[in-house]
Amino acid sequence: MRGISVEFPGVKALSDVDFRLLPGEVHALMGENGAGKSTLIKALTGVHSPTTGVIHLSGERVTFTAPGQAQAAGISTVYQEVNLCTNLSVAENIMLGREPRRLGGIDGRATRAEAAGLLARIGLTIDPASILASHPIAVQQLVAIARALAVEAQVLVLDEPTSSLDAEEVEELFRIMRVLRAEGVAILFVSHFLDQVYEIADRMTVLRNGALIGEYLPAELSRIELVSAMLGRELGTLHEVQRRSDARHPRAEPVLVASGLGRTGAIEPFDLDIRAGEVVGLAGLLGSGRTELARLLFGADRADTGTLTVNGQSGRPRGPRSAIAQGIAFCSEDRKAEGVVADLTVRDNLVLAMQAARGWARPVPRRTAEAVVAEYIEKLDIRPADPEAIMSTLSGGNQQKVLLARWLITRPRLLILDEPTRGIDVGAKAQIQKVVADLAAEGMAVLFISAELEEVVRVSDRVVVLRDRRKVAELTGDDVSVDHVMSVFAAPHAHTGAVAS
Amino acid sequence: MSTLALSPTRLPQRFLPVMATFVVFVITFGVGSFRYEGFASGQVVANLFVDNSFLIVLAVGMTFVILTGGIDLSVGAVAALSTMIAAAALDAGWPPLLAVLAVLATGTGLGLLMGLVIHHFDVQPFIVTLAGMFLARGLCFLISVESVSIDDPSFRDLATGTIALPGGVTLTYSVLIALAVVLAAVYVLHLTRFGRTVYAIGGSESSARLMGLATTRAKVGVYMVSGFCSALGGLLFSLYMLSGYGLHGVGMELDVIAAVVIGGTLLAGGSGYVAGSVAGVLVLGTVQTLISFEGTLSSWWTKIVIGVLLLAFIALQRLVVRRRP
Amino acid sequence: MMRSRLLWPLVALAALLVLNVAVTPSFLELRIQDGHLFGSTVDILRNGAPTVLIAVGMTLVVATRGIDLSVGAVAAIAGSIACTYIAGGGSAVTAVLLALSVCVLLGLWNGFLVSVLGIQPIIATLVLMTAGRGGAMLLTEGQIITVKSSLYREIGAGFLILPIAILISLAVLVAVALLTRRTALGMLIEAVGVNPMASRLAGVHSRTIIWTVYVFAALCAGVAGLMISSNVSAADANNAGLWIEMDAILAVVIGGTSLAGGRYSLAGTLLGALVIQTLTTTVYTIGVPANVTLVFKALVVIAVCLLQSPRTAQLLQKRRKSPRSTSRSPEVAAG
Repeated sequence: MRGISVEFPGVKALSDVDFRLLPGEVHALMGENGAGKSTLIKALTGVHSPTTGVIHLSGERVTFTAPGQAQAAGISTVYQEVNLCTNLSVAENIMLGREPRRLGGIDGRATRAEAAGLLARIGLTIDPASILASHPIAVQQLVAIARALAVEAQVLVLDEPTSSLDAEEVEELFRIMRVLRAEGVAILFVSHFLDQVYEIADRMTVLRNGALIGEYLPAELSRIELVSAMLGRELGTLHEVQRRSDARHPRAEPVLVASGLGRTGAIEPFDLDIRAGEVVGLAGLLGSGRTELARLLFGADRADTGTLTVNGQSGRPRGPRSAIAQGIAFCSEDRKAEGVVADLTVRDNLVLAMQAARGWARPVPRRTAEAVVAEYIEKLDIRPADPEAIMSTLSGGNQQKVLLARWLITRPRLLILDEPTRGIDVGAKAQIQKVVADLAAEGMAVLFISAELEEVVRVSDRVVVLRDRRKVAELTGDDVSVDHVMSVFAAPHAHTGAVAS
Repeated sequence: MSTLALSPTRLPQRFLPVMATFVVFVITFGVGSFRYEGFASGQVVANLFVDNSFLIVLAVGMTFVILTGGIDLSVGAVAALSTMIAAAALDAGWPPLLAVLAVLATGTGLGLLMGLVIHHFDVQPFIVTLAGMFLARGLCFLISVESVSIDDPSFRDLATGTIALPGGVTLTYSVLIALAVVLAAVYVLHLTRFGRTVYAIGGSESSARLMGLATTRAKVGVYMVSGFCSALGGLLFSLYMLSGYGLHGVGMELDVIAAVVIGGTLLAGGSGYVAGSVAGVLVLGTVQTLISFEGTLSSWWTKIVIGVLLLAFIALQRLVVRRRP
Repeated sequence: MMRSRLLWPLVALAALLVLNVAVTPSFLELRIQDGHLFGSTVDILRNGAPTVLIAVGMTLVVATRGIDLSVGAVAAIAGSIACTYIAGGGSAVTAVLLALSVCVLLGLWNGFLVSVLGIQPIIATLVLMTAGRGGAMLLTEGQIITVKSSLYREIGAGFLILPIAILISLAVLVAVALLTRRTALGMLIEAVGVNPMASRLAGVHSRTIIWTVYVFAALCAGVAGLMISSNVSAADANNAGLWIEMDAILAVVIGGTSLAGGRYSLAGTLLGALVIQTLTTTVYTIGVPANVTLVFKALVVIAVCLLQSPRTAQLLQKRRKSPRSTSRSPEVAAG
């Protein structure tokens, strides 16, 4: 790809970027959110047409105006969000658009047989005739990869395929990638996990603000150098987020005590207490019940058993509204579906929780609203710093900051953050971690959930470890370390309870 | 990774709504046979098809549209326009075949137009087809404000001609046409890429597009299919009524939508079967027959019963959807 | 953005008015007779009053990403109840109260289906649309029920300088505008419309808000139904409010509120309703058969919707831009 530019009305998403991808290599595309990674991929796969520039495929110049054309040319893509049709069967999803035909119609049996072969190739043993919606997201992601394999692709584009996979599944994916690489397939790989990039990539290209920064070999570029290439600044912000918990002094009085709280099929009954001024980390692999636990505390899902004591009042959580009234706030992991109100302004999004708590009849006075909105835009460095900007035009990291601020404005006693840093750039990530540390220092209780162990360990005073939808350990003090958490994950299973779907 | 292996029991759940519709059909029919002598005759069953052949055809077209998550409010009006064009053309001395072709072309053309507007200008299907409904009704009255009767001998022969089945049961040719349409629709939906794309769009349009499927063609195509079916349904209706009139089939789109929903198709798209829609039409037909057998009940009871049935089936669908993992 | 969306309906309305003046020069004239204001424009407003009223209710429903197809049936029920009650010797005031309380119940029913059971609005309200008219027919036993109550007649045909029907509709419009924009109700309705799940987790009482808008829409429909039946002092269960839900939805859409929920504009809705009503009147004055109005309605709706569509703006922009990019882009030049 040479000199690729993509413009949208009013925005230049990508300017004059060169990118080359060789057969038989895994090439990592790196950059912050908004750097232009997705745009470059979409130009390659025919979703967007470049305004200028040319794409050569195996020496020939190609122009794609629709995803179908790129696929026909041997470019196969797996997107970050599973882009499959959950209402159809696994086999149909894999074969859609290239089903084998017989006697003028689609041959259902051959479709399933071919799909079964592809599933076997990536080591997935599920019934090809089952409906995709009946499988967890991680399996759906693997099905998407099987679909990408169905074409004899010359180029395989993997846009953050690992964000919903657990460690074991990532290994499986890497095994498949290595096999394909050996077969001569060119693989374009995007991931926010630096470890993964260093493990699998042969070469990497860094983008920043829609422009090309450079192409590097992993051996030539240290992690710190890579991060600084992506961020375009010195690493001061990152170093700021050292462990600060030593400076904090959690009070004795718990803000929240859960005893025997549980929900069938979501999480086994657990005990948990969180004190003011401390950050409790929640670690666990995908499907371990992290999010389920958080949703129970907030009342987003109903608990079947147990009680929750908040500020001395005991009972079963009744719903988000009563939780909020008790001073609990919850930032969902699913930013798009459960956080952002896309068509409204940043201002409306910021005051939403505050307004909801006051009820519709008592609007937040204009002056108060202006003041808090301005304060938090500045405090969290939300960009653009325009309260009238429409939420959907912000980048993922800035949207996340708005959502965080939405709760901070309500001054909660307990803040539950479910994957607040997933899928956002390193800069915003560091900023959010810093805010969390500051909040705890000011006396707020924080429950911090993240798939990244280092982050959990760095931010938290205590770490609660979940496995197979059950609380298995609580680490404090010097026990809080990545190694220790990992060893709990890997410990022999005490209970061989079935993993619910 | 073997822990991820799951083998959900898929068949019963997938077909549950359709089976429920058939069960309701059997029950309503059973009630009828129990209460009235002569209800459980072959001819009553045959008449269900004879009296509702046009509805079956319209419901087939609507099923395509609803499977993609769209809706077509214009079907009743396009059917009325078809009766009008057919009647007027025959009245003007056109050969019947030409009249039929003109009708089908108009219906398909209107469908194409609506599909193009919906897809390329991103206007809601509800609004576009509502405008289509106004347009088609208005065009009827532009042709003639009065009802135009059809006197063409070949049309009349086709309308009155019957096929004798064993057991003294007779069918009309309309029924054959309707059944042919149903078979064709099943073939297209399940054995062609167009059909699979229709389901895929209903599941997730953006995914279908990213998978490289021909979504534009399918999205516009379903409205053409619906337009064609409306035109054909209109022709069958004109055989049934032997006239063309701008007030034919007022509110028919609602019956059709009701039939499709009762037939177990999700309005959100992506799930449903043509067979279900046929069953839905039969349920509506049976209710109507029941009420006419009752004699003392006024016709508006039909509407109330349809409303209640709709409610019952929506509740059932909610249960099915909830139970999914 | 909202302002530019109102541009095309305004243009359409202006064009229609100009056309009318061209055909009937006296079109814009107003005269006062017995303390009542008369004139073609007043007639348009009066005939459009029920649609405006229903469209106001519909706007809020649409803003929550819903739709209410049952308003026509509810209007018919309201008229039927009031007239049956008055015909049975009841007082007009009790009749009105009775009819409106039934409408509130019907609204509660719709709201229950949508907000509690989580049924798609279009289907949930289709139930009442189908069954409701049947119910109204049942109530009037299929007859047109005429009443002689001067008090009841005031609602639809009375005057207070301007026709009372206009005053009621405008009062409701203004009241709703003030209520939703001066309080946070409007913002919360929009938030629920854009992202119901996010709103729920932010502590917004989505269920109550959605429930309320359906009750309000049914109440508006009820008042409109009373207007319609009072205007002719009769209840026609079969035809009263027939297709008025479609007109109301069109008015909302022409007014720039998206059926996908979110941002709404009450001023736009008023404008939309006026466009539709003026169009109907215009076609009458030009002397086209009444039923053919539908063709014009279809054309105007399509034209306004196409002009408002963001896609159209994009296409126009591209067209304007393309000569420049052709010269720059080697691809296009080569092809």
